[in-house]
Amino acid sequence: MKPPLRDNPPRDPASRTRLSLAIVALVLLWPALQVSEFNLAALLDPANIHTMGSFLSGFWPPTGDPVFVALLARATVETLAMATAGMTLALALALPCSLVATRALSRARLLPNAEPGSLGLVLRWPTRSLLIVLRSVPEIVWALLFVRAVGLGPTAGVLAIAITYAGMLGKVYAEIYESVDLRPAQALVQAGSSRPLAFCYGLLPNALGEMLSYTIYRWECAIRASLIMGFVGAGGLGQQLDLSLRMFAGGEVAAILLVFLALVMLSDQLSAGLRRLLV
Amino acid sequence: MTIRLAGAGFRHGGIPALGALAMTVARGEQVAVIGPSGAGKTTLLRLLATALRPDSGSVEVLGCDPWRLSPRARQQLRARIGLIQQAPPLPPRQRVVTAVGGGRLGQWSLARSLVNLVYPLDLQGVRQSLERLDMGDRLFDRCDQLSGGQLQRVAIARTLYQHPDLLLADEPVSAMDPVLAGHTLSVLIAQGRAKGATLVASLHAVDLALEYFPRIVGLRDGAMMFDCPAHQVTSDNLDALYANDQLYPAVPHPPHQSPTVDATYGCR
Repeated sequence: MKPPLRDNPPRDPASRTRLSLAIVALVLLWPALQVSEFNLAALLDPANIHTMGSFLSGFWPPTGDPVFVALLARATVETLAMATAGMTLALALALPCSLVATRALSRARLLPNAEPGSLGLVLRWPTRSLLIVLRSVPEIVWALLFVRAVGLGPTAGVLAIAITYAGMLGKVYAEIYESVDLRPAQALVQAGSSRPLAFCYGLLPNALGEMLSYTIYRWECAIRASLIMGFVGAGGLGQQLDLSLRMFAGGEVAAILLVFLALVMLSDQLSAGLRRLLV
Repeated sequence: MTIRLAGAGFRHGGIPALGALAMTVARGEQVAVIGPSGAGKTTLLRLLATALRPDSGSVEVLGCDPWRLSPRARQQLRARIGLIQQAPPLPPRQRVVTAVGGGRLGQWSLARSLVNLVYPLDLQGVRQSLERLDMGDRLFDRCDQLSGGQLQRVAIARTLYQHPDLLLADEPVSAMDPVLAGHTLSVLIAQGRAKGATLVASLHAVDLALEYFPRIVGLRDGAMMFDCPAHQVTSDNLDALYANDQLYPAVPHPPHQSPTVDATYGCR
């Protein structure tokens, strides 16, 4: 016999886990703050605020010198081209890798009581490892490497972005496939479809929106990354920023930063527009 | 013989869902499976669809034992079986035309399927399938713009478009009003007759099963209670099939009774 409900109020079995996870998170956060010597007071110290203020005041007003603006426009186009070309190469590498690396397209997920495919097991882990290696080396290190190989200029930046971002895109795509509803793809395999086609018809429509916004966010990151890589000679706006900073030309730095603001806003609008159009 | 079950049983995580079931269905037959919730109707249909492998006994579908075939041959067999699922598994952001076209992925070449994904190649054929279910005007709508009953009809249209030799339907009309449900069942039956395809459907509405299907199988607790022509099913059969000791007060199932409605009541 079950006991009457009133004597034994139901207890949420998840509450204990949630409480312990919250405690663990707090316990882990404290040493992180200690080790990183994070100190908010230093930022609010009047002397430090004054130093930062005088540094920033040199930036205003942004320069409007036509020669520099022409230079800036050229560098902007170069940066955009570097980021876009890098992303295109990254996509070409990441899409096939993500299809192999994801568990969502495994036989076991899509075909009930299917014998696990040996090919999947042989290929999946090497592909996952490859994606990890590609993204674990920072793009600046790849850029330094390629500058030595192909010389100064945007080519090194393009290759560095392509390699690092292929690792990131491939991993995240593979995880997006695993997080969406698999039932449409399962139903298609059930009706005799092959797994690649079940992916296209059953899984991709659910995943496309997230893939699109992540890809455009990564494109935005690639624009920023090309700035950093400019410092090591990979061309574009970054190289211009490096020069302007060395010459203490605050107005030029401000103009470059304004261009960056505009580029990030552009990427934001592009993401929203494409999602409206396609998803 | 389209279907031959010989002592086929299945357990869901150790709990028996279907006992040793024996039944044969000839080519072109139309069978309704009825029974209370949890009787094993869905499990039976999934066994027939080769989505589940029986734990005991054997299943023979369209003349072969699917679990003795190579994986490739089994996929080819599956292309000839159409399963209409209770909850239509359609991607919400997909257009109806693509969702219905997906029914032929098992028959089309890879190239044709990929082109069809971005440029629908058989608009006429897809629209004809939809029109039979009065959905011809929703060709270019997205699936998330449809109601539950409309979504069910899109899923049925996809299976009709597949032209399977064995049509399996799991509660195909559960989200439709009675008139639409009757129409949809008659479309499924007409498709079976026209193509010589076999139809097995599970239904909660006993009156619909008795009206449209010549042969009725009663399933309860994973065992077959009866398997006979529709006109031989008695109300005693149905009472025994749906009797529920757990519910209080026990409500006897009224199979043929249509609800009496007081016309003035709704207008006040």
